[in-house]
Amino acid sequence: MKILVAIKRVIDYNVQVRVKEDGSGVVTDNVKMSTNPPDDNAIEEAVKIKESGKATEVIAVTVGEEKAQETLRKALAVGADRGIHVKVDGIIEPLAVSKILQKIVDKEKPDLVFMGKQAIDDDCNQTGQMLSALLNWPQATFASKIYFKDGKLEVVREIDEGLETIEVNLPAIVTCDLRLNEPRYASLPNIMKAKKKSIEQLNASDLGVDITPRIQQIKVEEPPKRKAGIKVANVAELVQKLKNEAKVI
Amino acid sequence: MSRESMKYDVVIVGGGPSGLSTAIKLKQLDPNLNVCLLEKASEIGAHILSGNVFETRALDELLPNWRELNAPIKTKVNKEKFLFLSKTKSLSWPTWLLPAVQQNHKNYIISLANLCRWLAEHAESLGVEIFPGFAASEILYNEDGSVKGIATQDMGIDKERNKKNSYEPGIDLIGKVTVFAEGCRGHLGKQLIQKFNLNQGKDPQQYGIGFKEIWEISEKNHEEGLVMHTAGWPLDNNTYGGSFIYHAENKQLFLGYVIGLDYKNPHLSPFDEFQRFKTHPAIKRIIEGGKRISYGARALIEGGIQSLPKMYMPGALLIGCDAGTLNMPKIKGSHTAMKSGILAAETIFEKIKQNKDLSIYEEKFKNSWIYEELYRARNVKPSFRWGLILGIIFTGIDQILFKGKLPFTLRHKHADHETLKPANQMPKIEYLKPDNVITFDKTSSVYLTGTNHTDNQPVHLQLKDPNLPINYTLEKFDEPAQRYCPAGVYEVQKQNEQNKFVINSQNCIHCKTCDIKEPSQNITWVTPEGGGGPRYGNM
Repeated sequence: MKILVAIKRVIDYNVQVRVKEDGSGVVTDNVKMSTNPPDDNAIEEAVKIKESGKATEVIAVTVGEEKAQETLRKALAVGADRGIHVKVDGIIEPLAVSKILQKIVDKEKPDLVFMGKQAIDDDCNQTGQMLSALLNWPQATFASKIYFKDGKLEVVREIDEGLETIEVNLPAIVTCDLRLNEPRYASLPNIMKAKKKSIEQLNASDLGVDITPRIQQIKVEEPPKRKAGIKVANVAELVQKLKNEAKVI
Repeated sequence: MSRESMKYDVVIVGGGPSGLSTAIKLKQLDPNLNVCLLEKASEIGAHILSGNVFETRALDELLPNWRELNAPIKTKVNKEKFLFLSKTKSLSWPTWLLPAVQQNHKNYIISLANLCRWLAEHAESLGVEIFPGFAASEILYNEDGSVKGIATQDMGIDKERNKKNSYEPGIDLIGKVTVFAEGCRGHLGKQLIQKFNLNQGKDPQQYGIGFKEIWEISEKNHEEGLVMHTAGWPLDNNTYGGSFIYHAENKQLFLGYVIGLDYKNPHLSPFDEFQRFKTHPAIKRIIEGGKRISYGARALIEGGIQSLPKMYMPGALLIGCDAGTLNMPKIKGSHTAMKSGILAAETIFEKIKQNKDLSIYEEKFKNSWIYEELYRARNVKPSFRWGLILGIIFTGIDQILFKGKLPFTLRHKHADHETLKPANQMPKIEYLKPDNVITFDKTSSVYLTGTNHTDNQPVHLQLKDPNLPINYTLEKFDEPAQRYCPAGVYEVQKQNEQNKFVINSQNCIHCKTCDIKEPSQNITWVTPEGGGGPRYGNM
């Protein structure tokens, strides 16, 4: 069994993101970048499945600029076998990414595609679902537990009402929640070994995919600052304020 | 338990200007040398904080074609100001009356973090193996007592020191020579100085705490290339310190404050002095209408040549600010750190190829411009123990008339942790509440540093005696850790009528001030899990 894992390079989750003065986007110069956190869970799960003997190969794929290769190297250092880098400069939308992934799936013929449930930069939460539609494969999104059962996959999903357990046939798309597992650290020797693993470089145009954005971004701005809270003396005052000032009761 | 080990010709600890210079120079001397460099930050540059007005002398030697290589050194200094501040007034000091070491017309305003990122890319292109996110946590010794290398930290250990599921054992990195380039008050460097008595016969080391904020200011207030320094208010005559205000590219302003850690009043809060400084009319005018985009703080070394430890020992070298090569009157340490790194590479090359002893480092150091520079600078910092005014008068005589060649050397008499006076003998200081426009609190400031440490790991700020902060330091000094820490790591909280000393180690921005200033030397800074700490951008 082959597992393809799609990962994305994003602004590190600890960085305080700053909007460009002209509202054309956010500042990325000299900003620490890293792997989208739930993508780390996707890689970890794929590697675990391989370690348990159920999979034979884990392929990491990323779509992005030259430096996105760093993200692939990290995936290789924690156990992916090889990488595919589809080089794209500038903004790329989920539909274009899923079309690119569709081409990669056609070529690599994996039994499972893993990815994070969503990317923390644009929070789209669309690529997995769109890829599922394009391939006409079943999807299991927000996975927090995965079991193999008689050639099928049982997946526990994190949903608003609690946990939902579903069963999907293979091949399938699984998007991973942060609760799925605890990603491992890359050890120094494995980072060294990862430098020798292969990364195939492709261009979106080689794959015949049109990546022209379909959404026009008008403006990016910071959310309004929250006003400081106040302390109320007692419940009566709270109720009075909720009624007359906040007008919520 | 035996760990996995990897062998290199040279192992370098720390990806700042000195360590990266050593790495690059080694590869220039012999491309076949195996060189690795460890950095505890999540990426190179993320723990680098510096003013910075950069003198290119060492870089000119290391990479003479840095301009063609598109180094991030673009903004030439084109104007200088020096102001003395009183509470409401400012007096401009003519720049021709400044000692030559404080004139910057040949220098550049840069982000040292960006320069380090650029140096690291260059080093990697030469084949240096750079491992960010890995902290060197332990020194390894050979049986004969010489340094054998370092061990990286075990990752995935919980608070109680049990192994988590993600546990990943550290490994031994063994080098023919190990270079320690951790920056000011490196936690391994501190151990080496002690073990090999490297500071024997030297004055106690002197430190300062430096703050820096980056502001985006309105176009009308921005003069790219302008460098300004101030002395005086808000500090009193007996506290050593001053500010820097550099107009960098992209309408950014690098605004900072340095306070000598030999201050005496335990009520003094360096962070709040810096915040207060910004309310001076001469400063407020510049930043008004602007926006603060970054914050950070770092201890820096000020002892100079009198306090500089021996920089070689069997199997290892101690370089840059890990030893203490900063030139205080010049307010610069990057070029000297780089030079000390270049000399280290030359020494190691001769050691490996010609089996020379590492002690040749001393001679190389003494024969280079770095020594002459530090020698001439030596009397400035100690003269300020007589106060700001006498210090300036003496510095004028020493630096302008005698060019640092007076036939005597002033000593540093006390270590910084010895200088605090009991709290009840010193005046309390009232600090203003932050307005969140010009002045800020520590919490919102630390937020800007992007600091994070993995949850559930051992506290990396270790107390030798856990009861001392409440039983002694609180009573005698009103626990100054609450104030000297620039990140709000230390708090004294009342819990059930009992005082409790709380360490919020996840806030730590790795400045090392607590390790330096704690009056009983009760706090030891050790490295937390690699990849933790601040994520500075263009600091």
